Amino acid sequence: MARLPAKGVAVLLGCLVLWEVLARKSTALALYFPPASAVLATLATIVGNGELLSHVAASLARFAEGYALAATLAVGAGLCLGLWRPLYALFEPLIELLRPMPSPATIPIAILFLGIGDEMKVAVTVYACSWPILLNTIDGVRSIDPVLMNTAATFRLRPWERFWKVVLPGASPQIVTGLRVSLAIALILVTTSEMIVSNDGLGFYILDRQRSFQIREMYAAIVALAVIGYGLNRLFLAVDGWAMAWHKGLTRKEEIL
Amino acid sequence: MLEVRDLRKEFQPLSGQPVVALGSVSFRVEAGQFVSIVGPSGCGKSTLLQCIAGLSRPTAGRVLLHGREVTGPPEGLILLFQEYNKSLMAWRSVLRNVRFGLENRAGMGRAEMDAEARRYIDLVGLKGFEAHYPWELSGGMQQRVAIARALVRHPEVLLMDEPFGSLDALTRIELEDALLRLWESLRATILFVTHDIEEAVYLSDRVYVLSHRPSQVIEEIEVKLERPRNQLTTREDPRFIGARHHIFELISKEMAKA
Repeated sequence: MARLPAKGVAVLLGCLVLWEVLARKSTALALYFPPASAVLATLATIVGNGELLSHVAASLARFAEGYALAATLAVGAGLCLGLWRPLYALFEPLIELLRPMPSPATIPIAILFLGIGDEMKVAVTVYACSWPILLNTIDGVRSIDPVLMNTAATFRLRPWERFWKVVLPGASPQIVTGLRVSLAIALILVTTSEMIVSNDGLGFYILDRQRSFQIREMYAAIVALAVIGYGLNRLFLAVDGWAMAWHKGLTRKEEIL
Repeated sequence: MLEVRDLRKEFQPLSGQPVVALGSVSFRVEAGQFVSIVGPSGCGKSTLLQCIAGLSRPTAGRVLLHGREVTGPPEGLILLFQEYNKSLMAWRSVLRNVRFGLENRAGMGRAEMDAEARRYIDLVGLKGFEAHYPWELSGGMQQRVAIARALVRHPEVLLMDEPFGSLDALTRIELEDALLRLWESLRATILFVTHDIEEAVYLSDRVYVLSHRPSQVIEEIEVKLERPRNQLTTREDPRFIGARHHIFELISKEMAKA
């Protein structure tokens, strides 16, 4: 991704100014709708005094654990299902049934089996994140050109060499697509599960401040959440741009042709 | 050294009668020879190479390499695909693509493999492009990478499936001569499939002409033209023109049957 375009930044700043002006005019709503400057000042305060950081740390830990587990499990399962058609045929109806179901619906089940602690939140995050990674990995493996597989065969690659040198790199662009989609999903599920039952984390903090009428703190934490989401995405794109440079070049070339 | 005996290949479509791609194909290739196979389009040339390379099982008949039946991809035999652009690894540089040809060979270190890969990149005329990715290269250059990747392995037999079919005329002439030079210095055996009669005569010691589907060998033509061959004088030689005419007439008759 390129640097932020100047015009886009101008629109963003314009929205902040609009927020500021509208909030200052509507005194009736002052309690629910604090101006942007007040929210940002509150954000600086709760970051500065460390109040927010423990919650950010709790959320990020759940996020990291859930996302890493989902990536490992779903890439592994996707490779197996993509390589072995009979296995896919066996699981296809199940996948097609579960995939469109909104993932937060699993939270009550997770609470029944895992309680209200971290395990539950990580579990629902893993569940929700797995789908895009799984389906993209399956598709990525299947879309590897047969000529490439035959090339591996004529060079007499052993099965594990075929896997490491052809299947995995060949499917990697789509695996990365799945991982990117799941990045946002992981954050959604962590926050949602923390809102439902928790005593720390950003989701908990946002809802808790709303209930105790600390509206500025609530908004400040939401802003923090947006910034974290943005930062994670940028981090992902940086790694992606470095590791998948070949694919960026290839697709640019294909666009020209 | 390479013998194809009564090879038959049928494909079963989703509905209807099986399609017989190869009827009964038999021929021999002697060590060190450059042999071409020409035939009308759709006569199963690619299928034939896939069977010889052990990538596809024939319905009947056998392929023998040094007297041993081919049941899977044999050691010492490499098939170069028609779609060279798809057979290269887009995620590997030219150097690493060529090195791929050596990677599953026991007893070679990384540095040794790289040195050998560089030597072959030089041989196919791609010096200076080691760090490029395949998609940064032209079609002709990509085909050179695929050839270097195959040759670096020192195959006894190289099967080539219409390797120059999608290249422009000038690049094609250049690669034909480059291939002949490499073949002469490396003494490999080449089985070359093409639909271009002139190309087959120009390159080969021997040309096998295939019939229309279900295909079989209808004629074997010995090409007794001196080597090294020359794009101008060889193609003007009465024996070249004679062979070309003869093969053209054979294939025209086959096309008319279709």
